[in-house]
Amino acid sequence: MGIIIMKINNLGYLLKEGVRGIFLHGFMSFAAVCVTVACLLIVGSFSCLTYNVSIMVEDLNKTNEVLVYVDETLPEAEARSIGAKISTLENVFDREFITREDALKDFIADHEGDESFSGVEASDLRHRFRVVLVDNALMRETVEELQNIPGVAKVSASYELAEGFTTLQKVLQIVSVAVIGVLLVVSLLIISNTVKLAMYDRRDEIAIMKMVGATNGFIRLPFVVEGFTLGMLGAGVAFGLEWFLYDLLLARLAEVDTLKLFDFVPFEQLLLPMVITFTAAGLFVGIVGSWTSIRKFLNV
Amino acid sequence: MIEFNNVVKSYSVGNKALKGVSMQIEDGEFAFLVGPSGSGKSTIIKLITGELKPTSGTVHVNGYSLDRIRKREIPYMRRTVGVVFQDFRLIENKTVYENVAFVMRAIGAREREIRDRVPYVLELVGLDTKSRRHPGELSGGEQQRLAIARALVNNPSTIIADEPTGNLDPARSLEIMSLLMEINNLGTTMLVVTHARDLVERFPKRVIAIDEGLIISDGMDGYYHYEDQ
Repeated sequence: MGIIIMKINNLGYLLKEGVRGIFLHGFMSFAAVCVTVACLLIVGSFSCLTYNVSIMVEDLNKTNEVLVYVDETLPEAEARSIGAKISTLENVFDREFITREDALKDFIADHEGDESFSGVEASDLRHRFRVVLVDNALMRETVEELQNIPGVAKVSASYELAEGFTTLQKVLQIVSVAVIGVLLVVSLLIISNTVKLAMYDRRDEIAIMKMVGATNGFIRLPFVVEGFTLGMLGAGVAFGLEWFLYDLLLARLAEVDTLKLFDFVPFEQLLLPMVITFTAAGLFVGIVGSWTSIRKFLNV
Repeated sequence: MIEFNNVVKSYSVGNKALKGVSMQIEDGEFAFLVGPSGSGKSTIIKLITGELKPTSGTVHVNGYSLDRIRKREIPYMRRTVGVVFQDFRLIENKTVYENVAFVMRAIGAREREIRDRVPYVLELVGLDTKSRRHPGELSGGEQQRLAIARALVNNPSTIIADEPTGNLDPARSLEIMSLLMEINNLGTTMLVVTHARDLVERFPKRVIAIDEGLIISDGMDGYYHYEDQ
């Protein structure tokens, strides 16, 4: 309780001291903010890229369908009724019934001009369902479930393509986590060093404070305020720059015809996750960076 | 009250700085601690301020058992002990007022208390007219008086002065010693570590002499019982 009262009594003073520290070590503070901005900008750009690529991969993934062929002895009405059972499967996102007549039309369109298929008739083909899965990584299990549905004659699926997409997504995730992790550690070290220099500069003051009975919390707070302010400042500047550069890049990409194929999401759609990411990164880098660097100066 | 019972302090290299020191300084007492360089005076100060823990024996300072004190209790123990250093250890970029006020802030005092207490203490040490100056603008004697004001401001029950006149000329030294006596008369326990034989002999107070980690004399006659090396 006493400590809390002490903190409240001194809060204004401690905050003022924290901000004063930033100006007292102006150049180092500037350097710390610049490095944080640079690191967070790379982290942010990488996150935007990963997000866009994962959306594109997801869209591509949805074009990888599973074909469920219905037993040819079943009449159309009975064949259609299998759709309800398919929909009950957890990993099924969507399904579409294709009659053997429609299947023939598609077949003819696909093999136009090929004489060897000229005699194919609708009765040679089966009614079928075109099934889109929620998660293609579970394709093998889902195909097995589909095969167990009574009335299903055969299931055709392209595992290689599905697994390729899954691998691509996993690689993207691992690379982005690694890059983001490394850059956060770099920012952390820089902020931590800035605070260390500030503390070294004020080591006599800290020693006197320790000697007169200041608690570690009292000594630590101005430096944590300093780290927090630097971290948040870096995060704010990086966020603004990220937004500006992303919009600029999208505008430039829109001018290039061949790149219109790629559908990038607008920054506004990324706003909330980006605000959360930048704030969390700024807070983490600022507070953890300063907190850890203070420890050795407190052993008086 | 300061109480040492058979205190031994060994450093990692193996040499014993204190080889079984026992002494007791009562509340409100004034004592000099004298001895040659390397005799163990600094170790005694560091044990009193909680910078060191004894290897064996017990140390009690103002109700705290420093041989088994918990880390988080040390700041609260230190608030009962004011320390004055030979090299003043003032903060150059703070004014005279701020040098004293920040010590009160460090223990969570309210701004109103600070505004009341700091001018009073500065007046007590004769620096009330120089509160806006920086330490660099003060003479050696004034800087030491500021250091005393800082040690005094939180109203500690004990003040430890480590060679407080070491950097001062004889006239200023006398002035500082008189100030410490005055503070002692107000009830503060005072332990003054010094080499200044003339000063010790001028003030007839208790003198504890230490050499090679052992107390070699402890008397109330104000006499220096060892030959300075």
